[in-house]
Amino acid sequence: MSTQQTKIIMNGLWENNPALVQLLGLCPLLAVTGSVVNALGLGFATLLVLVGSNLLVSLIRNKVADDIRLPVFVMIIAALVTIAELTMQALTYELYQILGIFIPLIVTNCAILGRADAYARKNPPHLAVLDGLSMGLGFAAVLVLLGAMRELLGQGTLFADMDLLLGPMAKNWTLVIINDYRGFLFAVLPPGAFVGMGLIIAAKNTFDQYQKTQRLKAHPLSEAGSKRVRVTGTIA
Amino acid sequence: MSGTMPSSLITSIGAGAISLGVFAVLAAGAISLTYIAGSDAIAANKAAAKAQALSAVIPANLYDQSLLSAPVELADYSALNLEPKALAYAAVKSGTTQAIVLPVVAKDGYSGDISLLVGIDFDGIIQGVRTIEHKETPGLGDKVDHKKSAWIDSFIGKSLSNTPLDGWAVTKDGGVFDGFTGATITPRAVVNAVHQGLLYHQRQQSVLYNAPQEQ
Repeated sequence: MSTQQTKIIMNGLWENNPALVQLLGLCPLLAVTGSVVNALGLGFATLLVLVGSNLLVSLIRNKVADDIRLPVFVMIIAALVTIAELTMQALTYELYQILGIFIPLIVTNCAILGRADAYARKNPPHLAVLDGLSMGLGFAAVLVLLGAMRELLGQGTLFADMDLLLGPMAKNWTLVIINDYRGFLFAVLPPGAFVGMGLIIAAKNTFDQYQKTQRLKAHPLSEAGSKRVRVTGTIA
Repeated sequence: MSGTMPSSLITSIGAGAISLGVFAVLAAGAISLTYIAGSDAIAANKAAAKAQALSAVIPANLYDQSLLSAPVELADYSALNLEPKALAYAAVKSGTTQAIVLPVVAKDGYSGDISLLVGIDFDGIIQGVRTIEHKETPGLGDKVDHKKSAWIDSFIGKSLSNTPLDGWAVTKDGGVFDGFTGATITPRAVVNAVHQGLLYHQRQQSVLYNAPQEQ
């Protein structure tokens, strides 16, 4: 694996994580992370759409004039999401009934348009797909982490109702962490999502800061210039 | 406006419009193809899901033809908060209606409408209730969903004659149905809606059981 590919993967999963650093796609992220199963469902669907849209945008990158690229990208993403929704309805209706409400939400996820414009339109298909995969996994990981935090605090369980997504084999996956838990409504409702998200971002920043100071101690001169925190592409 | 627009601007607008149009046609075409290829399967899946939802509220020994085959249009749809032309479904066995599946909507849930199916037999006894659509709080109010909790089965066997008028409430309000910890509004709305369904069944019984039964 080349250093370029490693860099793309690290970017998506950590350094430029769409949820924690770019802060994109917060609407679906905050709306559906009440439990692990919902978070996993949306994370998986977003991952698929992100990979698909990155691939298509990369394939047509030399055929679209700069001035009209955004409407074209929006059309591609909207068409892709609609096709995914119709296909799921036709082939896996039960899964559609569970994930159905999340699918249209994916269109509102600016992380997808963000990656199309910041990365896929400037890079060849195989790199664009890798970028979509890493960004999608990075996004899904944050969703699941936040879902787990809120489910644990809100209901005292983990992995409840996983069978809705993964079928009968997941029927007994529910872990009751706290017995006779009375429920903590705040964690389940949207404010809990904001606070939980804030805590995760704070934890990431603290960890990065700690690593930076360690690095500076070891090589005092290695840090040159200022580093951009948000990388969402250049403004044309 | 004075003079004409520079021709380069017109060219670039034209090129942009054409290329945008091409992409719009391609996108619409891709969606249409998917729709045409999948619409039969989608319709079949929807009908199967609906038949399954109906069969969940009526025991199998009360009908011998598809529940979808005997719809009954509800005259007084507004009493159940339904849209005009809303349909109930008759459970028909040997040519006679044994039970009715009534759709009921509760408007007074915690967030948005709660859509229910209530299966009631000829004697006015509830055979089953299912929540088919709701937006209640996950982990609290969503226990009205049979996938999350068996609470909704507590309606089975209840009727207007074996449960007095003030019994149709959650225990907190002095009724016979358990509420949920931390969520009273949702079960209160569901109990009320099921009660409305039973009252409707009683009022309209002659109409519901005399509808023509198609085979």
